[in-house]
Amino acid sequence: MRIVANYKHFKVLNEEIQQAIKNGAAQLTLEDVNGQSFIANSLRGKLKIDIYGTPGNDLAMFMDGPKVTVFGNAQDGVGNTMSSGTIVIHGDARDILGHSMRGGKIFVRGDVGYRVGIHMKTYKSNVPIIVAGGCAGDFLGEYMAGGIIIILGLHNAAKKIDLLGDWVATGQHGGAIYVRGEVDDSKLGDGAAQFPMTADDEMIVKKVLTEYCSEFSLSLERVLETEFKKIAPGSLRPYAALYTCE
Amino acid sequence: MCPEDAITLHRTPSVMSAHPVWTENARRDVFTQARTGAVLLASTGNELHERIIFDNLLLDACQVTNPAIDPLREPIELRTYIGKKPRSVEFEAVGNDIKLKTELSPTLKLEIPVMIAQMSYGALSLEAHEALARAAVMSGTTMGSGEGGLHKKLYPYADHIIVQVASGRFGVHPAYLQAGAAVEIKIGQGAKPGIGGHLPGIKITDEISETRMIPVGTDAISPAPHHDIYSIEDLAQLVNSLKEATRYKKPIFVKIAAVHNVAAISSGVCRAGADAIVIDGFRAGTGATPKVIRDNVGIPIELALAVVDQRLREEGIRNETSLIASGTIRNSGDVAKAIALGADAVKIGTAALIALGCTVCKRCYTGRCAWGITTQDPKLRSRLDPEAGARRVSNLLLAWSIELKEILGAAGINSIESLRGNRDRLRGYGLDHTTLDILGIQPAGR
Repeated sequence: MRIVANYKHFKVLNEEIQQAIKNGAAQLTLEDVNGQSFIANSLRGKLKIDIYGTPGNDLAMFMDGPKVTVFGNAQDGVGNTMSSGTIVIHGDARDILGHSMRGGKIFVRGDVGYRVGIHMKTYKSNVPIIVAGGCAGDFLGEYMAGGIIIILGLHNAAKKIDLLGDWVATGQHGGAIYVRGEVDDSKLGDGAAQFPMTADDEMIVKKVLTEYCSEFSLSLERVLETEFKKIAPGSLRPYAALYTCE
Repeated sequence: MCPEDAITLHRTPSVMSAHPVWTENARRDVFTQARTGAVLLASTGNELHERIIFDNLLLDACQVTNPAIDPLREPIELRTYIGKKPRSVEFEAVGNDIKLKTELSPTLKLEIPVMIAQMSYGALSLEAHEALARAAVMSGTTMGSGEGGLHKKLYPYADHIIVQVASGRFGVHPAYLQAGAAVEIKIGQGAKPGIGGHLPGIKITDEISETRMIPVGTDAISPAPHHDIYSIEDLAQLVNSLKEATRYKKPIFVKIAAVHNVAAISSGVCRAGADAIVIDGFRAGTGATPKVIRDNVGIPIELALAVVDQRLREEGIRNETSLIASGTIRNSGDVAKAIALGADAVKIGTAALIALGCTVCKRCYTGRCAWGITTQDPKLRSRLDPEAGARRVSNLLLAWSIELKEILGAAGINSIESLRGNRDRLRGYGLDHTTLDILGIQPAGR
């Protein structure tokens, strides 16, 4: 089913989406999207939503299951506190992408902004995954408690900008960040450390990137040509010695 | 505490010589920090400031010139609706019927203007959480899930539970948001304004792991700010996002700690679309907080409440949001005074736990609560029967509701609505000019 967003208020647009789903639509195409917030908020089940234009903040917040594809750029808060499902963004995305994400995947073709993947968590088989084809801003993976972030820097051959911003993974106590290229230790925040890639790590990266590359029709071999670095917690309880009892 | 008063406990006399400034506690804290180099944790509420403004407020009663009302003979209304109220209502005639034209915002119906505060499963045992939830159902009020999700055993009571969304976003998913009676965004709490929380990994048991949705043994870290809220506009975005998630059917609460600039902040929170603002005063209790923050940060709830109510009235937006006060509401007198100062309702935490058996021993953070309230030890937990506990909390609320009716009747008021923000019926006793001015009340005798 096709819905033209144009200049509709987000409340109106999202109600139309709700109604379409209630009427049995399993596939939605949103056209002419102009910054409407909260698209696909809390949606559950096996839905497919294609978005043309630029969706607004908190795209797919709390989402649990559907696949959302954006043929364009996205703004702040993509996949905020998301439970499961897939978000594919053919352009760039901005700040707090995947904030407190608990499951599902977010694949971004281009760059991502500040505070991406803050406080991602893992629970049993729910392992959230974020892959950015470009570079990431400051505070990537702060307080990261689980999940996987992969930063590729694909368009950054000339190294004009830093692959990662500053203060990466401050307070990290779970999960892993894989970076395609060199990482200077000075970029890391307290609690995070660099580790050599193990065979398991190589397998995880290859598995995730196989899906990522097929989504964007990229060559997996070329992406894997460059060596990856791993950032993980120095401790599972970084603040264990911070407190004492009265 | 021996229920039969058969055992008397005496503190071991200190070997330290007495000093009025360097008290035993002050010295002990220095010893502990010199040994550990760590932040001191404490439980319960502020211990430094003993003066409570509520105790210096006096309620009014009728004598001769206007009659008091006898609550045993006449109905007195305590029912309270929490949420946005319309500025005006419009009706239209449909045939022979009259229909409401104004679209109303979702509200929460309370039979008593006393709610049970936000305390998490993790801080509390499952038995304590269940007892509070059942008490809320029995008394026609609500309890709060706290940050940490809702155990599946509590979902049957969820229409009396306000589910919380805090900075760690633990246990937050669509089903949780849609199950609750309302959703509360926690920005801060009175016992630790402006700081986050760390539930140590050793407390993350199997069941808590399932509810919080994090692995067993990992620290549960709640950051100081929500990383998607750096401004009032961002708060509005989360409020709207939660309204979308609950399809505009539930009120969205925002909880803040009472801090210096609380009036301006509340105005912003109201304009961000909050249906209710919970203001937590600086004496509010907690399971664990840095002692220095607990004892030194924030302002008293009485002052915060008065200035927020005043500010929202001045700006003409008081109807846009409900005000809920918390942080040491100890009895029905405190409830009445808070309402007269401008609250729509209050929340109780420590009082509800005391009803469950808590003796305020101030050792919540050890996880060894002898009453099975703030512990995850199955042996200690088995001491708390959720059904008996629910009855005790519900009894407390019943007693307070009878007392509230007595207070209202004595003042010649037959509805709690008429006491709300009615500062004419309050007098200050032994308060200085500035405090009286901030509270907007006259001194006793005037």
